[in-house]
Amino acid sequence: MDCSLLRSLINRYCAGEENWVDSRTIYIGHREPPSGTDAYIPQRYPDNRIVSSKYTFWNFVPKNLFEQFRRIANFYFLIIFLVQLIIDTPTSPITSGLPLFFVITVTAVKQGYEDWLRHKADNAVNQCPVHIIQHGKVVRKQSRKLRVGDIVLVKEDETFPCDLIFLSSSREDGTCFVTTASLDGESSHKTYYAVQDTKAFRTEQEVDTINATIECEQPQSDLYKYVGRINIYQDRDEPTARPLGSENLLLRGATLKNTEHIFAVVIYTGMETKMALNYQSKSQKRSAVEKSMNTYLIVYLCILISKAMINTVMKYVWQSDPNRDEPFYNHKTDSERQRNTLLKVITDFLAFMVLFNYIIPVSMYVTVEMQKFLGSYFITWDDDMFDSELGEGALVNTSDLNEELGQIEYVFTDKTGTLTENNMEFIECCVDGHVYVPDAICNGQILTGTVGMDMIDSSPGAGGKEREELFFRALCLCHTVQVKEEESVDGIKKGLQPCGKSSSVYISSSPDEVALVEGMKRLGFTYLRLKDNHMEILNRDDDIERFELMEVLSFDSVRRRMSVIVKSSTGEYYLFCKGADSSIFPRVIKGKVDQVRARVEHNAVEGLRTLCVAYKTLAQDEYESVCKQINTAKLALHDRDKKLAEAFDVIERDLILLGATAVEDRLQDKAADTIESLHKAGMKVWVLTGDKMETAAATCYACKLFHRNTQILELTTKRTEEQSLHDVLFDLSKTVLRHCGSLTRDTVSGLSHDVPDYGLIIDGATLSSVMKPTEEGSSGNYKEIFLEICRNCSAVLCCRMAPLQKAQIVKMIKTSKEHPITLAIGDGANDVSMILEAHVGIGIMGKEGRQAARNSDYAIPKFKHLKKMLLVHGHYYYIRISELVQYFFYKNVCFIFPQFLYQFFCGFSQQPLYDTAYLTLYNISFTSLPILLYSLIEQHVNMDILKRDPSLYRDIAKNSLLRWRVFIYWTLLGVFDAVVFFFGAYFLFDNTTFTSNGQMFGNWTFGTLVFTVLVFTVTLKLALDTQYWTWINHFVIWGSLLFYIIFSLLWGGIIWPFLNYQRMYYVFMQMLSSGPAWLGIILLITISLIPDMLKKVICRQLWPTSAERIQAKRQCLSVEPSTIFMLSQTSSSISF
Amino acid sequence: MMASSYNAKEEDGQLSGAAGSGGVGAGKSKKPDNTAFKQQRLPAWQPILTAGTVLPAFFVIGLIFIPIGIGLFVTSNNIKEFEIDYTGIDPASPCYNCSQTLTWNSTKPCVCKIPFTLEQSFESDVFMYYGLSNFYQNHRRYVKSRDDSQLNGDASSLTSPSKECEPYRTSDNKPIAPCGAIANSLFNDTLTLYYINPNGTESLVPLQKKGIAWWTDKNVKFRNPGGNNFNLTAVFQGTSKPVNWQKPVYELDTDPENNGFINEDFIVWMRTAALPTFRKLYRLIEKKNNMIPTLQRGNYTLDITYTHFPIQCSDYPVRRFDGRKRMILSTISWMGGKNPFLGIAYITVGSVCFFLGVVLLIIHQKYGNRNNSAEIPN
Repeated sequence: MDCSLLRSLINRYCAGEENWVDSRTIYIGHREPPSGTDAYIPQRYPDNRIVSSKYTFWNFVPKNLFEQFRRIANFYFLIIFLVQLIIDTPTSPITSGLPLFFVITVTAVKQGYEDWLRHKADNAVNQCPVHIIQHGKVVRKQSRKLRVGDIVLVKEDETFPCDLIFLSSSREDGTCFVTTASLDGESSHKTYYAVQDTKAFRTEQEVDTINATIECEQPQSDLYKYVGRINIYQDRDEPTARPLGSENLLLRGATLKNTEHIFAVVIYTGMETKMALNYQSKSQKRSAVEKSMNTYLIVYLCILISKAMINTVMKYVWQSDPNRDEPFYNHKTDSERQRNTLLKVITDFLAFMVLFNYIIPVSMYVTVEMQKFLGSYFITWDDDMFDSELGEGALVNTSDLNEELGQIEYVFTDKTGTLTENNMEFIECCVDGHVYVPDAICNGQILTGTVGMDMIDSSPGAGGKEREELFFRALCLCHTVQVKEEESVDGIKKGLQPCGKSSSVYISSSPDEVALVEGMKRLGFTYLRLKDNHMEILNRDDDIERFELMEVLSFDSVRRRMSVIVKSSTGEYYLFCKGADSSIFPRVIKGKVDQVRARVEHNAVEGLRTLCVAYKTLAQDEYESVCKQINTAKLALHDRDKKLAEAFDVIERDLILLGATAVEDRLQDKAADTIESLHKAGMKVWVLTGDKMETAAATCYACKLFHRNTQILELTTKRTEEQSLHDVLFDLSKTVLRHCGSLTRDTVSGLSHDVPDYGLIIDGATLSSVMKPTEEGSSGNYKEIFLEICRNCSAVLCCRMAPLQKAQIVKMIKTSKEHPITLAIGDGANDVSMILEAHVGIGIMGKEGRQAARNSDYAIPKFKHLKKMLLVHGHYYYIRISELVQYFFYKNVCFIFPQFLYQFFCGFSQQPLYDTAYLTLYNISFTSLPILLYSLIEQHVNMDILKRDPSLYRDIAKNSLLRWRVFIYWTLLGVFDAVVFFFGAYFLFDNTTFTSNGQMFGNWTFGTLVFTVLVFTVTLKLALDTQYWTWINHFVIWGSLLFYIIFSLLWGGIIWPFLNYQRMYYVFMQMLSSGPAWLGIILLITISLIPDMLKKVICRQLWPTSAERIQAKRQCLSVEPSTIFMLSQTSSSISF
Repeated sequence: MMASSYNAKEEDGQLSGAAGSGGVGAGKSKKPDNTAFKQQRLPAWQPILTAGTVLPAFFVIGLIFIPIGIGLFVTSNNIKEFEIDYTGIDPASPCYNCSQTLTWNSTKPCVCKIPFTLEQSFESDVFMYYGLSNFYQNHRRYVKSRDDSQLNGDASSLTSPSKECEPYRTSDNKPIAPCGAIANSLFNDTLTLYYINPNGTESLVPLQKKGIAWWTDKNVKFRNPGGNNFNLTAVFQGTSKPVNWQKPVYELDTDPENNGFINEDFIVWMRTAALPTFRKLYRLIEKKNNMIPTLQRGNYTLDITYTHFPIQCSDYPVRRFDGRKRMILSTISWMGGKNPFLGIAYITVGSVCFFLGVVLLIIHQKYGNRNNSAEIPN
């Protein structure tokens, strides 16, 4: 956490300010380089100890207490407690000290236990043995004693003990396979490459002779970024410098797979490893409910303060008469008399604060936390959200946002992998306008010859044949797919399992590539393996062609293309490039661009993912210059990415277009149904994708985001080229606003024919110009107009989006003037930014790794699970927590307001109405469990109905159950009830007897009577609100009332030896022995409950919400089945 | 900012990270149990508060409450209560002199006689109360100014009373027994009642002082120190009497069963009243035989014997804070003394419920069907 980061920072600075440099130099094996090299700046590195624990044995108590009291709520209660200790207050410090102590202790124990576990884990990690090379021998050492510069030996299935630079491997090609499952959750095997010049050092002795230094940047947290340089000294020559990149960097926490052993040198240790640096917690998101809760808290704090002030002022007015202040029977002590007036006033004010402080109860925080924590288990337990294919159910990463799931207004979804399966299937390819379709998915055998090809156009000529084969070769070569020979890959298992003739499986981080390589296999060109830097292809004639892989210009989402440079066996250099059409076409100088473009567009409309393939041949000298460019860029320590991009840009030019491919990405199961439900639930669904507009639009139609009668508004580069952005925006807004009047709120169905339904399509370029501040500074204007248009569109499709733009859009909507609640859902690393930005981020445990799931608040296996997540869980959590919050405030108004009233009858002397035990236990035990249970299992409507009728979601939109009106209603109800309790008891007691033996009751009986009515009323009020009575509810509600009675009997039944007062002795029993007390209790409970009951009934009858209508309908229906059943019974009996 | 508190989620994340090799994918691939609780499908009763269901409840409440209310009201009205204010504010009042500090003769207790007439005879047991008003027995400083363990006979508390008793904790360097403001201000007017026979002679109405305090208080909560030692003088040796008292606590009564801390007048006083206007049970007048009413109608005199108040130099001084002293004679029914409130409240609530029932019925008839019929085709 922050602390560890801080610690490492401090460590760095302690090492000496002057030593702080941007890069570090590491001597492999601590071997000094030959003299004459750059001045060596000694740096001190931390040892390889991972400290994830927060506390030590000694600092646990002070540090933990400090941490806990930093929270404002705890601090508030601590202050109250201290006030009680210092000044003479009406209630004993125990009343607030005990709950506080309880909460603090429980939290401390929990944190202590967690920290102990962490210590244990740390120790296990820190002490686990590692093998290091010293003087040509393998030596065992504890992990924590590793130092920067050590050479370590890692064997198969071992975890890397720190961040390492890969020197050599037992595999001949100098590669190794690694899974980073515990780092980013991706369980697929990744290939890492040893440094070229050291991969020949294969034994301990050899490795020990390496004489090299590594220069690299100081540790940073990005797992996928690393820049460094290795200088290898051989025989006193000038050192050879080699670039080091993330492909050479083995990260702590990753595991070595399928490789016997490797040698590597330690570069980052302990808290400086990338894993440790990634521990930083995400920023906390807060839900709307929590925000309203905090507002209410402030209101209650104001109420509390004003109550205390009123009473303080009244006290001094009242006791200005000395005969009232100090009547003969009630003298003050001398010290009290002599006290400074101001001090007295302050003391009195504080005493009143203490007396009324229960209005903001500690237990509310505990209950809310428990509700959230325990409640989130229902999501993980949910069987409907379990995906048997993945073997996983939903995951909850933050339980703070459960109720926010019921408040979503905007859903931003990724397309690939979220709406679609990300399960790619090669559909066709097009070479110079000739379309090739591989035979339908393997029906038993793979067709290796041309027989399997279905030519749509006429057969190409001889030149065409050559081009065609070049195209196939290009696709076979231009990728980063690995071939996994045996099974046992738990990652992406794509391939030919049922019908393949070899058992090889293609693995890649991009499913498109796998689909393409497989498609090529079906078209006769099989990619076999990468061996010794040679890619082997089995061509149609079953000959093996070998190409030397010279360079890989890897894919990135900005360039949207990748290239490889290969050398054929005949010595020719080829550059093959594949990428999105928009990034290829501008770079093409030759080829049948128009035909291909036509085909690409045709395919895109079909909803297929298209890629274009181009090539160029390079002469030897061209290749060398290219090589140089790339290497200089790769060697750069700073801005390497930028330089690389520049280099790539120069290289990937003047291409010759070969053709295009089309890959289908099937829609996810029930995606359309889910989107439709979300629409009906009043949510606006935006699709944000990096895909082409046509492809994306087709998907949107397929998943019913757009309907046949949706009027599509386009805001794309194409249009803005014709008109200025300004005009387009105004045009669109006019179109939309024309119907604004007719767009009534009541578009519940959303499908009615008379109201036009708008859908907006915008692309990334236009969006950035909308968002970009223009010179006149009218960007705000554009943004406003754009938002206005969006608001009136039920669906928006944003295509061609960069990852960061996704987040920008989410942010723009989030901060627009209605402050709608947003949800972002995605599956890939490119969705992480938007997942983090949105109010609720949902990750799909998809194929593109688990980064999204890891960074999300909730992770679900499939998009369709979103429906239940929002419509059922979100709805339930929202109604549960809103009732919880309102009820908590209500019951504490009921609790404290009589105390306030009592002050007017006891000379404003801060005399508490209730006994200490009651004050303490009211919120802890008498009234806590029923509401906690309610907030865990209440269901006002069956979940099947919620799922079937998404419009019910609109009932709770806009935080409707926590509006001010509702809040005021609850507060007023609380005040009313409190007045009833107090004055009811007052009139019962007023100057009369109510026992049948003439004996009198005292003030404690009065308080107990009020308290009894109070406990019963608030519990029964909750019982009235409960609409889902399981046996647990019965048990808890009646149980807690019973507990109150038993406790009171016990509390008053014994002279408690440890108490210095016995004021409650037999008070409760005496009260129960009096008939009028019983009658009074029943009467007062009835009076308190009637108004709320009446309000409920009348509101339900006259202004029912849709949930209430459904309930009524259900009730009607529930009568019917039995009748129908009986009828069928009779009819069947008749027929017999 | 406040509620994001009592959890340690961030740490949880760290935990799994620190374990390092602990697989993320492993172990979690367990299918959730398909139990009714976990799937939130517990069988449940789902009542709905509709006009239809609440209607009968309202009528039933009305039907039950109104008779109870009438019963209570009648009972309350049948209770006979007589109240007399003897504060002596009015100079014409016989107690005026006694209540004036200056005219007080400190050697002889002042006695005043107030004649009164009972218009009706009190048939059953009569309870005699004294009442005070504007007397804040529920003032916090007052309520806590006692030591329950001292009163429970604890020897150590007898000699060193609780600090709460300040400033009535010690006098003359000796601990006060019983300590505290409550005990110190023990009501000390002595009330006696005389029936004036038709022939003009006065006959004392027998007042019983046993049974005015709670049984548990008398027998458990309050105990004299020294166990069964009836020589209270010795037991209370070394303690001082409360400053306002004339006699020490062991001389409150001659009856050893009603002396010291277990004196019932004392116990009654020690139960602090809830409100500033209160009454406390003083004496019982038991019905002797069935033929004669407990108190016949006719003329009576109330004799008030004031006890000397050492510090204040007056009677039990309530006039300074505008207080009043009253004597109340009351009969008691099963529902206690005269209190029309409960009866009236029951009748009112019952009628309101009945009325609401009717209103709901109308609403139900008028709107209920429309709602349902409108909804069902949907």
